[in-house]
Amino acid sequence: MNAPDRHPRELWNVTDDPRYIGTSVSRPGAQRLVEGRGTYVDDIQLPRMAHVVYWRSPVAHCRITRIGRDAANAMPGVLAIVDGSEVATVCKPWVATLGHLAGMKSAPQHPLAIERACWQGEPVVAVVAETRAQAEDAIQLLEVEWEDLPVVADMETALDPSTPLIHPELGDNRCFTRSLDTGGVDEAFASAHVVAEATFHFGRHTGVTLEPRCQIADWHAGDRRLTVYHSQQAPHMMQDLYARQFDLPESSVRVICKDVGGSFGIKVHAYPDDFATVALSILLKRPIKFVADRLESFTSDIHAREHRVKGRIAASKDGDILAFEIDDLTGIGPYSMFPRTSAIEGNQVVNLTGGPYKHKQYRAKLDVVFMNKTPTCQYRGVGHPIACAVTEGLVDLAAAKLGMDPLAFRKQNVIPDSAYPCVGASGIKLEVLSHEECLRKIETLMDYDALRTEQAALRKRGIHRGIGFATLIELTNPGAAFYGVGGARIAAQDGATMRLEPSGAVTVLVSVGEQGQGSEGIFAQIAADAVGVDMRKVRVATGDTDVTPYGGGTWASRGAGIGGEAVLQAGLALQQNIVRVAAVILNRAAEEITVRRDAIVEVASGAELMTLAEVGRIAYFRPDTLPPGFTPELMVTRHYAQKDYPFIFTNGVQASYVEVDTDTGFVKLLRHWAVEDCGRVINPMLVDEQIRGAIVQGIGGALYEECLYDETGQLLNGSMADYLVPMSGEMPDIEVAHVQTPTASSQLGAKGAGEAGTAGAPGAVMNAINDALRPLDAAVWSQPFTPEKILRALGKVD
Amino acid sequence: MKSPAFDYTRPGTLDEVFALMGEHGDDARLLAGGQTLLATLNMRLSEPALLIDINRIDALKGITVRDGMLRIGALVTHREIEESALVGQHAPLLAMAAPHIAHRAIRNRGTFGGSIAYADPAAEWPVCLVALEGVVVVRGTGGERRIAARDFFVDLYTTDLRPGELITACEVPVASDADVFVFDELARRHGDYAIVGLAVVGRRGSGGFASVRLCYLGMGTVPVCPSATEALLEGHALTAVLIDAAIDRLTTELDPMGDLTNTAQTKRHLACVLARRALNTVMNAAS
Amino acid sequence: MTEVLAAPPSDHARAIRVIVNGRPLQRVVMPRTHLVDFLREDLGLTGSHLGCEHGVCGACTVRLDGEVVRGCLVLAVQADGARVETVEGLTDGGTMRDLQDAFVARNALQCGYCTPGMLMAAAELLEQRPDATREEVRQWISGNYCRCTGYQAIVDAICATLDIRRGKRPAAVAAPFPERDDALHDDDREPSGQADLDAVGG
Repeated sequence: MNAPDRHPRELWNVTDDPRYIGTSVSRPGAQRLVEGRGTYVDDIQLPRMAHVVYWRSPVAHCRITRIGRDAANAMPGVLAIVDGSEVATVCKPWVATLGHLAGMKSAPQHPLAIERACWQGEPVVAVVAETRAQAEDAIQLLEVEWEDLPVVADMETALDPSTPLIHPELGDNRCFTRSLDTGGVDEAFASAHVVAEATFHFGRHTGVTLEPRCQIADWHAGDRRLTVYHSQQAPHMMQDLYARQFDLPESSVRVICKDVGGSFGIKVHAYPDDFATVALSILLKRPIKFVADRLESFTSDIHAREHRVKGRIAASKDGDILAFEIDDLTGIGPYSMFPRTSAIEGNQVVNLTGGPYKHKQYRAKLDVVFMNKTPTCQYRGVGHPIACAVTEGLVDLAAAKLGMDPLAFRKQNVIPDSAYPCVGASGIKLEVLSHEECLRKIETLMDYDALRTEQAALRKRGIHRGIGFATLIELTNPGAAFYGVGGARIAAQDGATMRLEPSGAVTVLVSVGEQGQGSEGIFAQIAADAVGVDMRKVRVATGDTDVTPYGGGTWASRGAGIGGEAVLQAGLALQQNIVRVAAVILNRAAEEITVRRDAIVEVASGAELMTLAEVGRIAYFRPDTLPPGFTPELMVTRHYAQKDYPFIFTNGVQASYVEVDTDTGFVKLLRHWAVEDCGRVINPMLVDEQIRGAIVQGIGGALYEECLYDETGQLLNGSMADYLVPMSGEMPDIEVAHVQTPTASSQLGAKGAGEAGTAGAPGAVMNAINDALRPLDAAVWSQPFTPEKILRALGKVD
Repeated sequence: MKSPAFDYTRPGTLDEVFALMGEHGDDARLLAGGQTLLATLNMRLSEPALLIDINRIDALKGITVRDGMLRIGALVTHREIEESALVGQHAPLLAMAAPHIAHRAIRNRGTFGGSIAYADPAAEWPVCLVALEGVVVVRGTGGERRIAARDFFVDLYTTDLRPGELITACEVPVASDADVFVFDELARRHGDYAIVGLAVVGRRGSGGFASVRLCYLGMGTVPVCPSATEALLEGHALTAVLIDAAIDRLTTELDPMGDLTNTAQTKRHLACVLARRALNTVMNAAS
Repeated sequence: MTEVLAAPPSDHARAIRVIVNGRPLQRVVMPRTHLVDFLREDLGLTGSHLGCEHGVCGACTVRLDGEVVRGCLVLAVQADGARVETVEGLTDGGTMRDLQDAFVARNALQCGYCTPGMLMAAAELLEQRPDATREEVRQWISGNYCRCTGYQAIVDAICATLDIRRGKRPAAVAAPFPERDDALHDDDREPSGQADLDAVGG
């Protein structure tokens, strides 16, 4: 089946009336979506709403010399043509740096480029019309003239003295650099019995959310209030940014997120066109809708993961890993992306390489350089896929040199399950992980010995199959360390408000939202168990800054762990308050009664004493019957921030089984396994589906996806026909199993699960391909692993 | 993106179509399945003033067999070919190729004639038509012409169609018991335009194969038929040694251009792999 | 205000008669409007989605005269005289209720954006290929892009529905919220050929 209904090891119950936490219940929110009755931004129409299309720079770097609007302005339906300096009258520029990334620099950026465009796809002019089609008709008559400027399109030479500076005032093309050295690294390599190295390349790629980025900005001139309907992951962050960039009081800004058609981090950033669309609404005093066209998405959505990593591993004769060393170069856009910055991904590569293992020596160097390509930023996994592939690729190389089985080598070297809490070589603080248990479990799950036997037998017939592993750690449930300490106003805490309705139903308002992963579903499960009601009586509302508590939203796999804990605490507090009211009504001691199955029951006998609906009726409509001095408080809010650790790490291991056609270079994915420990699993089905989706997304980067640029900074494959995303015909079935090692940082004990699949899949697939190729003395280290690259490794083409 | 504006008409007869084409010339485009044209318009790569929707014209529809030829009307959809018993019996090569074409929703609308007229170098139908030594039937105000498939595809997206003409049907000789067909292609994902594809038609004769036609998609601006290699195979029984020699010949004869993700050398290599596999299949089928 | 320049090419609106989800309608459309824009903007049927407008992603898949098509690659004017069915119509008609229930039971949708198109494609398979194998199901839906699920749950749901229609298993349990200590019937969630994970120790 695609998910177990419950997991093998039972954790303690987190509530008194456990019905839903830990079970694979369907999401209530799925019903309207399966009927085609969702509400996505483009489904919303507002009176007088107009549409904006952006004229974007067709070249990677140019000085705009003239914008001729007359012909475009005369086209039917055109309402306004607005340039960067006009937008700048209402919106401030920004600089995307974080204080705790020492030395990080970036240049000021405006919503619409003024005078100079720095990447192909940067928005320069806005054309607003009554329909999108009319705006597109008009934009063809816009006369924009420019002078080409030199292009920086190669990250390897971005820092060369002869390379032009994109922002001369910054002094060089370096956004951020970092070095980490535990000491003793050279000694470790010198004394090692085995040293292995490789240079890994990761192709730049992008998220391709099926629903493109979109928003409706609605400035209400009478109320002087801005409402933005946004396909976004962090509504409060956007509320804060709109307020500050437009000099509006925070309370004048409302951000509403309804159904979001996929996000994956692409929609957690603040884009120049987000601010431009708001500016247009303010200038034109009417709602403005922006929906990115697919072609425009390829050059305007953030890109990610363009890295070149030189890596080395040292191991002893006994098979102990002694040290890792990496040199990571990553090429971002001409600006760091606002507000989370484009240095985080590289920073995480430094933090996470070698993460599962118990070696003590580690050295890392990171350079993050500007280029005239689409800006990059956090995208599902954020550095983990790179760190994991580098680590696991080196681990396999060392194992091969030692003549050790790769699984056995890993078992010997992972941090033992008994060693926690501990600190990794890079300084990361690890609360509690279960590498050993996960490795044992995957061995059984995949029947490893049988696969090796099968592989050997098929090799004799010239069929080349490979098995690859990837052990991984994944940061989830971040504390304030991630952004807050750097000065970004991105909340690391979240809140839940819970109300008992007069009818006995429960309404939950949560600051973490829903983009399909099932947040609202698990919040309903938690609320139902915490209060003691049937889940069908629970209604969850998210994604509205006017309605929910203030919080951080969805990113860094924090929804279940942080949002869920807030919901749990609010539910438990509401239950207590319900009991207090019932105790007063029944004239019983509070300890003698509790809420169970939508009713007040006597703890000792289980007898039902009154319904919750009756509690609600009396509390709301008959306070005259309650004692003086007693007020029912049947709406409670609780907040939660994870403060025990900078991050709550999870761990897992994946395995990939592939067949490489050595004549064509094509790779067939036969099967994939994942054993994942994300602490307490609230809904096994939802977690398993997150893992599967994340794995396939990782496979995309490993085999198919790359943003291909030429030397002039032109994106060559920016369409759905030429940019290859995984489709069902090529994907394997994926078996998922779990270990549950809860975190002690919360009562719920849930860690995050959204990104781990993407972290491990590329490394597992790469190792499987190389395992298949090893007898042929061939290996591939450059993602995506296209047929041509495999043929080249085999010497069949140059 | 949204298509640029255009006018639209849906004539009921071929004569009306010719009149419209004559009146509007290059400003008008024919709309058949629309799976290529409308995508092109949605990307604003083209701005015709008028679309002439020919989908009502019954003379362009239907699959029939007559005088040893299978006739496929220009408006026959890919899906109709995929599911046609007549095609399965008389032109099995087409039935083999059809499932490779895009996906179901596209195959429900896209037409054989549209594919032939558009002449995408990575399309399946042009190479099948050439490999089967088919005929393209075109008509204009000047009357009907029958053009051998191998002469029809002139250059990249360029055919022998003259202004004011449209394809009315294509014809292929019906298969005989002596024929062996192979179709194979290498695509990154099911339904994608292939990197390279190959249609093979072998006609058995006494003492082996009277002819073996190989026709590649994705190896040039038009279907590529390596005639020197074909000549090597002509009149012989297929053996492992002969296949080796044919592949050697092929390696020197093929001269593809690289594309965004595959160099010319890679394409040549893959083309040779496909040929070896196809010829092995033909050899095994013959024995 | 600047003077009006030369008028754009003639694009006279056309009157069309079309039956949408069983209701005969008359509307006036511009020739360039594609079918999904017509459904979404003119008729308010926003269940069909746009993901690329190049005919590749499948989010716009609707039914025209009983066959699935890319709604972005059909003009509204071409639907004159035709029958159009969307996810809303198929939902209200109940003809794919078992498929939709299987999707919900298996979480074969996450963000839901690909789902209407995926359901339309799957519904045609259920009608036209009732004996489809798991591999054939994967090939059939390979023209519908999903970024969230990784496809397996969708394939499971379609295979389960094929089994239901072949009489090999009962329909999915109606109640979407089974309680934890009820006997959980997972017959309706089991796809063919999956390992029993509960049997794995741990």
